[in-house]
Amino acid sequence: MDEKTRKRGFHPVYLLLVLPFVALLWVPLYNRIEPQVFGIPFFYWYQTLWTFLGTVCTIPVYLYEERKGK
Amino acid sequence: MSANPVALTVFLVLFFATAGLGFYATKMKSVNLSDLGQWGLGGRSFGTLIAWFLLGGDIYTAYTFVAVPALVAGAGATGFFAVPFTILMYPVLFVVMPRLWSVANKHGYVTAADFVRGRFGSRGLALAVAATGIVATIPYIALQLMGMQIVFAGMGLNFTLNLPGIGAFHDLPLLVAFLVLAIYTYHSGLHGTAMISVVKGILVYVAVLAAVIVIPIELGGYGKIFAAADPSTLLLGHGTANNLGPQFSFASLALGSALALWLYPHSITGVFSSSSRSVLKRNAFLLPSFTFALALIALLGVMAVAVGVKGMPEYAEGYRIFGNNFAIPALFLHSFSPWFAGLAFAAIGVGALVPAAIMSISCGNLFTRNIYKEFIAPDCTPATESRVAKIMSLATKLAALFFVVALQSSYAINLQLLGGIWICQTLPSVMLALYTPRQLNAPGLLLGWLAGMVAGTWMAISLQFKGAVYSLDLFGLTIPCYAAIIALVLNIIIAYAVSFLVSTISNAPVQDETVAEDYL
Repeated sequence: MDEKTRKRGFHPVYLLLVLPFVALLWVPLYNRIEPQVFGIPFFYWYQTLWTFLGTVCTIPVYLYEERKGK
Repeated sequence: MSANPVALTVFLVLFFATAGLGFYATKMKSVNLSDLGQWGLGGRSFGTLIAWFLLGGDIYTAYTFVAVPALVAGAGATGFFAVPFTILMYPVLFVVMPRLWSVANKHGYVTAADFVRGRFGSRGLALAVAATGIVATIPYIALQLMGMQIVFAGMGLNFTLNLPGIGAFHDLPLLVAFLVLAIYTYHSGLHGTAMISVVKGILVYVAVLAAVIVIPIELGGYGKIFAAADPSTLLLGHGTANNLGPQFSFASLALGSALALWLYPHSITGVFSSSSRSVLKRNAFLLPSFTFALALIALLGVMAVAVGVKGMPEYAEGYRIFGNNFAIPALFLHSFSPWFAGLAFAAIGVGALVPAAIMSISCGNLFTRNIYKEFIAPDCTPATESRVAKIMSLATKLAALFFVVALQSSYAINLQLLGGIWICQTLPSVMLALYTPRQLNAPGLLLGWLAGMVAGTWMAISLQFKGAVYSLDLFGLTIPCYAAIIALVLNIIIAYAVSFLVSTISNAPVQDETVAEDYL
């Protein structure tokens, strides 16, 4: 095993995985009615939207690791 | 209420056809089911697509699909914590579980407790982890059976039948469903369950998409749906200067559940059955599509309120027995044509088969590997191992059935709530152990686990099982927090402190059969 894969290097791309935690655990950020979309309060559509944004955050990390052959 | 023949026929055809598929799944390829790795782990062979169906069917249980909208219908915004919970568990899947998969694959571990045994060389700690897993899972299986019960009730099948001389009897359909579950699990193991999970996935998506399109149209749009909801529960309450309030408890429930989920034996069995690390990583961004479906299902809770099914006389009996858990069946019956209601009920019925099977298989694996083989028959053959696992998976299902049939459903719900708190206490031994080469040892982890179990149980009891949010008073500040997290913090502090003390005092050799490369 070469030195590169052995090292537990930290790449900034991993910060993307922290983003969903900030966005969803900081509840005051989205605990509101407005703006509504199709009559759905912000609280509900914001969290539903994050089901996609979570995926959007993970794919770059996946591609990074695949390229590194981890 | 009387049985609806169309809905019932569609349900029965789909349910039995799917179960039959699971039964014959193993006939299609030649697998040796008298090998635990095959019966209990699917030969670690599932690729991205099958793992997507299997993990999706495993994690998003039938009970989830019933209970989450029920909670939203009853309590409003709080019930929506299931959505951030099932989003945040995926970064955990991506980062943590590939390490556990690798070390398990390298050493042939079948259960999390196998890993703990190898990692710390401690039978006691492995037993603690195995026992916690089994005890936390049995009530969870019971809730799946309860999900079936609710669906049967929705079809007018299992309201109490009074047999003269014998007494009240109302669980015959459940017993039949239980037999189906037991036979196919015993026969086909995880291979059969993987097959069924494909059908479950398809049924769930069809039912959900139809529901979120058809019902809002009937009701005149989402605006009207939310307008009919109780405005005081539409958002979470705000905190005050000396109370962090419901917003904090919401976040703590989401985080605690996201951490606990991957520690459940059925999740770990699903993870270990994947064929590679990449399968897990890909599913960390593919599985959130199930969370999207769950979010839509949670919104059905608001729709149930808007439709007002709770006040309709035809559903009064269901609500009397199952409370808000009857909201979804009632909404389906009210909004769908009978044949489609049958299909949606089949999604829940088949939806219960998948997690119930995997949960009982994983309990069988734990008992066999970490109790039977460890303490009773160390030299047993692989065939014996597999047979013991099959029998124990049957026993755990019977225990779950006992909960549902003989005891009040509140017992299963309370114990499942406790189970969530308990399973979280295995996090240091299973997850932190993947990262800390030498800072943790068995005595520290065992004491931390014990402290977490006692504290968590005490909090749940002092809350009288009415919820899992315990209000902690610290320096004049009230922190309403998921009890699992409070117990876990205590657990981790003690685990590290005692580990440090033990390693300072004693110079016993480290018993770790794993090396750093095993985790990559």
